[in-house]
Amino acid sequence: MAMLEVHDLEVNYGVIRAIKGISFEVNEGEIVTLIGANGAGKTTTMQSIVGLIPKKGGTVTFQGEDITKTPCHKVVHLGMTQVPEGRRIFQELTVYENLLMGAYSNKNKATLKEDLQAIYARFPRLEERKNQVAGTLSGGEQQMLAMGRALMSHPKLLMLDEPSMGLSPLLVDQVFEIIKDINKGGTTILLVEQNAGKSLAISDRAYVLENGEIVLSGTGKELSESEMVRKAYLGG
Amino acid sequence: MDFLITLVNGLSLGGIYAMIALGYTMVYGIAKMLNFAHGDIIMVGGYTILLFIPVNPVLAIVAAIVFCVIVGITVEKFAYKPLRGASPLAVLITAIGVSTLLQSLAQVIFGSAPKIQQINLGALQLGELKIEISTIITLVCSVIVMLALHLFVKYTKVGRAMVAVSEDKGAAQLMGINVNFIIMITFAIGSALAAIAGLFYFLKVQTMTTTFGALPGIKAFTAAVIGGIGSIPGAMVGGLLLGVVESICLSIPAISAYTDAIEFSILIIILLVKPTGLLGKKRREKV
Repeated sequence: MAMLEVHDLEVNYGVIRAIKGISFEVNEGEIVTLIGANGAGKTTTMQSIVGLIPKKGGTVTFQGEDITKTPCHKVVHLGMTQVPEGRRIFQELTVYENLLMGAYSNKNKATLKEDLQAIYARFPRLEERKNQVAGTLSGGEQQMLAMGRALMSHPKLLMLDEPSMGLSPLLVDQVFEIIKDINKGGTTILLVEQNAGKSLAISDRAYVLENGEIVLSGTGKELSESEMVRKAYLGG
Repeated sequence: MDFLITLVNGLSLGGIYAMIALGYTMVYGIAKMLNFAHGDIIMVGGYTILLFIPVNPVLAIVAAIVFCVIVGITVEKFAYKPLRGASPLAVLITAIGVSTLLQSLAQVIFGSAPKIQQINLGALQLGELKIEISTIITLVCSVIVMLALHLFVKYTKVGRAMVAVSEDKGAAQLMGINVNFIIMITFAIGSALAAIAGLFYFLKVQTMTTTFGALPGIKAFTAAVIGGIGSIPGAMVGGLLLGVVESICLSIPAISAYTDAIEFSILIIILLVKPTGLLGKKRREKV
């Protein structure tokens, strides 16, 4: 049984049918990517899965549990969280306080220190800036903080929405390295990206989303070799 | 010397405004709504105090806080919560409706005649200075309350969650924060502060009517906007500033009749120069 099963998901924005009944799954230990152009419905899909925006139809199952109607804050307690598009860190809080917010669902105070140390070890930059107000961080640092904050809740499934957006090429490579590394540590990854080349290279499987529908799926390798993906998303 | 007394009186009155302003500003910051029934929570607190003060003053304060918190949470649950996501105008009209409802209920229960209860705690004579003891208690208590609120927001899990929700509801939910619970806590804190403010305002005016909360409510709302609505330090600064201005105006016979006009003019001037208020921040635009 897959870890996350999305079946016939439909989402409306007002009268517009943004997602027109898509189905896909994520197995434990995988990196799965949804690629697609701007406006294809990637972020809408991600936000409706965790319950940030309401679903019009379909079902979502996480580890065998139906979470179609579960409110977002409870979904997070089940072990699934998201690094949202645009990072959305808490700008008025310090780096340290942001990380604490990430551990909000963690009732076990004893592991908090260890968790913080693990995040600081992975992102040394965050430790250097732990008492700095998060709004003053650079874009790359904010992305690190958003990822660190999400990891504080010990997710079994981590969803990342456009983690490479607005970052310099060097940082983009670094972000993909970190995603691979998080996955090696046992966390399942669902990734949404416009950077199709880099994301397909690290993905076990991928789906192509166009106008609210899945038009193609396969392994990362298959898709990066597919004529259609190369034309539309890889520039030739 | 006279000026010193004026200043202490002003800070004391400002402390009352600040405590009420905190209720407006926190609810605005977290639920993104203007709770125009907030002033009437002060009135609810005032009547509760009037009812229990013959029994025991401490009991009266505790009862007022508990009762105001219950009323505040109930109003939020039944009037505002069903309108989450509705247009701001619908919420605003509902708040005005709740305000009328609370005033009418008070009128049914207590009648429309003003109730007067003289409470004289005496005055303190320091050399040439003569300051009412109630003024000092008000000042000291409001400072303690504001300090406690600051520490609560800065150093507790729920307090930080309040900051997170006010900044980004969606991201807060992704942390596992129950936004509805945080909004309820905010209303509870705001109502408790209104009850305390109601006590001190009653010590000042000693007259209880169903519109008891209207004037301090509108003054405190002005203070919250002057300080920057949504900002907790802003509400404190705005409240204290407005209290001192009011006290100074009242102490000068030539302009004392224009006190309210001067206070609201300050609001207009500050909004013209700095539309976000003194300590308000411009919210980043969301894409």
